[in-house]
Amino acid sequence: MVQLALPKNSRIEPGKRHPAPAGAARPKEFAIYRWSGQPGEPPRLDTFTIDLAACGPMVLDALIKIKSEVDSTLTFRRSCREGICGSCAMNIDGHNTLACTKAIEDIPGTVKIYPLPHMHVIKDLVVDFSTFWAQYESIQPWLKTYTPAPEKERRQSPAERARLDGLYECILCACCSTSCPSYWWNGDRYLGPAALLQAYRWLADSRDEATAERLEDLEDPFKLYRCHTIMNCTNTCPKGLNPARAIAEIKKLIVEKHL
Amino acid sequence: MIATGRSEIARLKARGSAKSGAEHWWRQRVTAIANLPLVIWFVVSAVSLSGAGYEEVRAWLGGLFNATMMVLLVISLFWHARLGIQVVLEDYVHARGVRLAAQIGLDLLTVALLVSCLLAILQVSLGS
Repeated sequence: MVQLALPKNSRIEPGKRHPAPAGAARPKEFAIYRWSGQPGEPPRLDTFTIDLAACGPMVLDALIKIKSEVDSTLTFRRSCREGICGSCAMNIDGHNTLACTKAIEDIPGTVKIYPLPHMHVIKDLVVDFSTFWAQYESIQPWLKTYTPAPEKERRQSPAERARLDGLYECILCACCSTSCPSYWWNGDRYLGPAALLQAYRWLADSRDEATAERLEDLEDPFKLYRCHTIMNCTNTCPKGLNPARAIAEIKKLIVEKHL
Repeated sequence: MIATGRSEIARLKARGSAKSGAEHWWRQRVTAIANLPLVIWFVVSAVSLSGAGYEEVRAWLGGLFNATMMVLLVISLFWHARLGIQVVLEDYVHARGVRLAAQIGLDLLTVALLVSCLLAILQVSLGS
């Protein structure tokens, strides 16, 4: 029922050590989780010491430098390098965040980098997002209407538009969902903070006409009510959003329907 | 990763929505609100009754107000505990059969303990 120890091939072994280049002005150590993707092969923790004097300021800069100059097999996702694509979400120094917006100098000592917690690892820092994307798709993240489309556009007042602030900025990096213990234990059934914040984004949209249907679909002990307001989601969000509040708003809307 | 023959979105759609859970969430909060004054009342009463003999306690519980509060306390407490333990089971017990059995056991045990508590209160309160 309760598994207290990791399975044998999940225990992380010490890996290769890549020492600092000769004459490094500002050496900094990075400990990075590595897994080949081969079942049966245990993961390991490789350490790379690089010279920050010849490296950009962010953790992603260091990862790219390591991949380019030290070990080209290091595997991770990245794209925009400015916190808008959400690709480089990973666990850095014990917190889920974006490697591209996390400054190396903010981390004392060795920079420890792991994949997003409790996700299936495909290779190194790359995890399987299949369930996460399906959960997002399941909340039907698009405008749903019953009234005929107006000639030009569905209008929204500035005040109505302002209700989407703090919601539309979500980049679906999954830092929040993968920091949530409820999502760890019931990730196959609990939608998780990211999908629920997105669900609320459409409930809060004055142009959307499917509120009743959306709420009916969300009212479920596992899909919604696994949230126990632990607040790790809000704590970790690299965009400074508040998924816990969005979930609370959904719960309030559902209770109002019953009262 | 693991080919299951069914895509993740199909799995979620097949699961659908239980269309329940709000009532549980709401009752948990209502019983929590009720517990607050009831438990404070109980602690204050228990402290003031410390050192009292059986006859004194019997007389105390014989009063309508105290007997009512005591009955309300155990109902609210057991109800709240029953709802809370269900959450723990849903969170941590993943084997379906085990969880089902545990939930049935939880319901039966809650009712048994509640009835026994209520009868005990009545017994002392009405004096036997």
